[in-house]
Amino acid sequence: MFKELGRLLIRFFTQLGQASSMVYSCVFWLFKSPLEFSQTMQQTTKIGVESLVVATLTSLFTGMVLALQAGTTMRNILSEPLYIGTLVGFSLVRELGPVLTAFVVAGRAGAAVTAEIGTMQVTEQIDALHTLGTDPIRYLVIPRLIAFMIAIPVLTLCANFSGMFGGFLVSVNSLGVASNVYISDITTFIGVDDLMHGFIKSCFFAFMIGVVCCYKGLWTRGGAEGVGKSTTQAVVSSMVLILVLDYFLTAILNSIGL
Amino acid sequence: MIEIIDLKKNFGPKHILRGVNLKIEEGKTLAVIGGSGTGKSTLIKCIIRLLEPDGGKILFNGQDITHIKSQIALAKLRRSFGYLFQEGALFDSLSVGENVVFGLKYLTDTPKSEYAKIAKEKLALVGLKDIEHLRPSELSGGMKKRVSLARVLATEPKVILYDEPTSGLDPIMSQIINELIIDLKNKLGVSSIVITHDMKSAFEISDTMAMLYEGKVQLCAPTPEFKKSQNPYVKQFVEGLSKGPIQMQIRN
Ligand SMILES: Nc1ncnc2c1ncn2[C@@H]1O[C@H](COP(=O)(O)OP(=O)(O)OP(=O)(O)O)[C@@H](O)[C@H]1O
Ligand SMILES: [Mg+2]
Repeated sequence: MFKELGRLLIRFFTQLGQASSMVYSCVFWLFKSPLEFSQTMQQTTKIGVESLVVATLTSLFTGMVLALQAGTTMRNILSEPLYIGTLVGFSLVRELGPVLTAFVVAGRAGAAVTAEIGTMQVTEQIDALHTLGTDPIRYLVIPRLIAFMIAIPVLTLCANFSGMFGGFLVSVNSLGVASNVYISDITTFIGVDDLMHGFIKSCFFAFMIGVVCCYKGLWTRGGAEGVGKSTTQAVVSSMVLILVLDYFLTAILNSIGL
Repeated sequence: MIEIIDLKKNFGPKHILRGVNLKIEEGKTLAVIGGSGTGKSTLIKCIIRLLEPDGGKILFNGQDITHIKSQIALAKLRRSFGYLFQEGALFDSLSVGENVVFGLKYLTDTPKSEYAKIAKEKLALVGLKDIEHLRPSELSGGMKKRVSLARVLATEPKVILYDEPTSGLDPIMSQIINELIIDLKNKLGVSSIVITHDMKSAFEISDTMAMLYEGKVQLCAPTPEFKKSQNPYVKQFVEGLSKGPIQMQIRN
């Protein structure tokens, strides 16, 4: 039992070390060589487009269900559906928007990134990059990392809007809230600091997903089976880490007043 | 030009290279033969540091390259080399044309406007025409191999490491590739190591031949001598006899 735990810890720290050294190489090459601009743009659009529909749909329905739950609860307690817009808006902007979007992107684009880099690893394409004068960090990892860091905050913004729109639909159509009341509930209570709170979170999630998925891809071993394994691991690790990171970020951001 | 001294490489408990000694002269071709899984690919991967050797030295122009640590110095070292992968290793996210000119951007100062011309030219050298726009997944095995060779040739390296350049090719195409390798040596003074299972081609293209067996060089000699060698291991391998000192394990 202790042996198992020890082995797990060792594996965790080895992987953490390897991933950190990858991040270090990224920083190193970022300053030493020109950015692969076209690669970066291509990846950004790919990640963005791939996840846009799923991300907006997910948060649309999340906004709808939030409004529905909040509305019925409020009606039971206060006999009137009050502050639905505020509730929906707060939950989305500070919490659900960033987290759900990160989940969707990890499952969609993150998995694709790991599978692609992993396949390149097992078919010696990564070695070929070395022999042709470049480097997987420069050619693959940095563009993808930047792409995630652009795409995820933008997608989060889209998700926030579509979630609030979902809440709007339910509030106005089935709860009987006046549309201007719902909107003013949002605009009077949600400020720039709440938006910043969500934005900072989504940037951290993006960085983490990029690092985990590229790392798992680069360290793929063992043929097609290995690719499958590392893809699953990348998605699962990303999702767990999103939730862990979310707690700590919330604690830190709250303590500095955001 | 390249001198390999007592090179060792393990994969976990498996000792693949157990002290390999070899020498490649400038402008000459060394053919390396040996059974499947004896570590031929491993050997040439160590030379360009795709694998870290576990012991020994590799001198390139007199400098030991096994201790280079910095990424930049490694990249610089690899500039002198071309490496033909056994399985091609074409980038499947790029078209054939983009694959061929891939290295030019990083290894040379060739202007972008020349890329299309170079791609066409190098593909023609390996007997391929009008396939620049195809994806690697649309090619046959032998075509992939040749596109991969064109990619190596595009950057005009001084040293080329070929991992089975003619495997999977028909006899005529094999001969064309053999002549290409000889041409590169004669016209451009390219030094090379060729791994091959094709004895006829080995005899034809090489100046020196070496046989790898159980992690060591069994015999390294100038090709005419190697051909006539009475070394029982070499003789059995060259003649392809199932009976002899080399016992291949076959599982039932
Ligand atoms: N990454 C690796 N991890 C573990 N073992 C490996 C690895 N790469 C190669 N090996 C082992 O090293 C040995 C030599 O492999 P290598 O690819 O060099 O053989 P080879 O001489 O090129 O054979 P072939 O003629 O079939 O290409 C094999 O037994 C293989 O199992
Ligand atoms: Mg091999």
